[in-house]
Amino acid sequence: MSHHDSHGMNLVLHVWRQKGPNEPGKLEQYEAKNVSPDQSFLEMLDEVNEQLIKTGGDPIAFDHDCREGICGMCSQVINGVPHGGQERTTVCQLHMRNFKDGDTIYIEPWKAKAFPIQRDLIVDRTALDKISQAGGYTSAHTGGVADGNAILVPKPSADYAMDAAECIGCGACVAACPNGSAMLYTSAKVAQLAELPQGQAEAAKRVCNMVDALQENGFGNCSNHYECQAACPKGISVKFIARLNREYQKALFK
Amino acid sequence: MRILTSTVGRKILMSITGQLLILFVLIHMIGNTTIFFGALNAYAEHLHSLPPLVWIFRLVMLSAIAVHICYGVQVTLENKAANPGAYAVKKQLKANFASENMIWTGLLLALFILYHLAQFTMHLTPDVVVGLDAINRPDVFKMVSTSFANAGIAVVYFFAMIMLFLHLSHGIPSFLQTMGWNNDKTIPVFGTGGKVVSAFLMLVYISIPAAILVGALK
Repeated sequence: MSHHDSHGMNLVLHVWRQKGPNEPGKLEQYEAKNVSPDQSFLEMLDEVNEQLIKTGGDPIAFDHDCREGICGMCSQVINGVPHGGQERTTVCQLHMRNFKDGDTIYIEPWKAKAFPIQRDLIVDRTALDKISQAGGYTSAHTGGVADGNAILVPKPSADYAMDAAECIGCGACVAACPNGSAMLYTSAKVAQLAELPQGQAEAAKRVCNMVDALQENGFGNCSNHYECQAACPKGISVKFIARLNREYQKALFK
Repeated sequence: MRILTSTVGRKILMSITGQLLILFVLIHMIGNTTIFFGALNAYAEHLHSLPPLVWIFRLVMLSAIAVHICYGVQVTLENKAANPGAYAVKKQLKANFASENMIWTGLLLALFILYHLAQFTMHLTPDVVVGLDAINRPDVFKMVSTSFANAGIAVVYFFAMIMLFLHLSHGIPSFLQTMGWNNDKTIPVFGTGGKVVSAFLMLVYISIPAAILVGALK
């Protein structure tokens, strides 16, 4: 079929299929034949879908966009780990060379109360947007473009804020969390903005509002399992959660 | 009051009450080790020579436990609701038996505390021998050594201390994180340190009924 015939793998997939938000879902079995080790996980699914379409089946719905690991759209729990368990790797950047011929792969959507399943592997992550809308920005007037460089940011602070800003908002932290909490996501934004001079003016209000939004949108409480950091495709550290806790305590006395 | 209802506020209260309880566990352990120096009765008498102080201490501990249990149960129920837990396959990367079973190790410890108080504080259990020693002090040593000579009772204490180890091996690093006293360098140190301190507490506590059971303390 393709030039990869000699290296092709045959895999058994168990994929979560669900027609709509209020429909019951279940795992269904598919075969992925002649998979190239050079394919990405999503390309493998593309081929499965092509076969499904050719045979009159219903293609598997999944989220994706940039396919270069920066947009945060892809969202699959593969063999029990969000994004498949390769460190700092999104599903789109996970390659089939990580699997062997004959492997059985379980593919499920993010599962958390805050992320209702829309269809198959697609979940609604609006709840994360609600958290950001509650304070993940600066509204203090910071001047025009030219003034941007007038506010000096120490290099260590810039690095720290950039580490926090690496979050792509995919929601793997929530999918991995035994409590369905979005504390890592929330803390990354709180820490990033609290570290920068432009964000400090609203730091207290921000942490309170974002934490409230976290609670109001169906997420659970953080109990420090640190499962989130391990699953995060950007390696966001739970040190930012410690920072959020500090910012919250400061806000209590404000 | 934001601190009483918010997800982070309640976590901070869990942490502070937890710290009070750990402090108690530490002081209680040091006090108990007087048994190895033949000073348990003297220690117990000193401890109870100031009844108002004893009662203030008891009330503080009781309130800390009440807050810790109420919030513990509440957040656990909320967390179960927030996570339908319906993955067909779920691999834990970092969470462990201790972190996942805080509610159960905690509730078993609460039951143990009730038993322990009923036994050695209120003297309600049948095994308890109440009497005075040669110089007319309450003979705590005799009471404890008689009860712990019963293997069944000693095993209950061993089991409870394993629960304490599990609860604190997650609880210690967790309270530090919640207070915000953490960064990339300290996270692994506190993780290991929490286990070491918990194991130390467990072993010292267990050494007392164990020593009595094997007849090393008479």
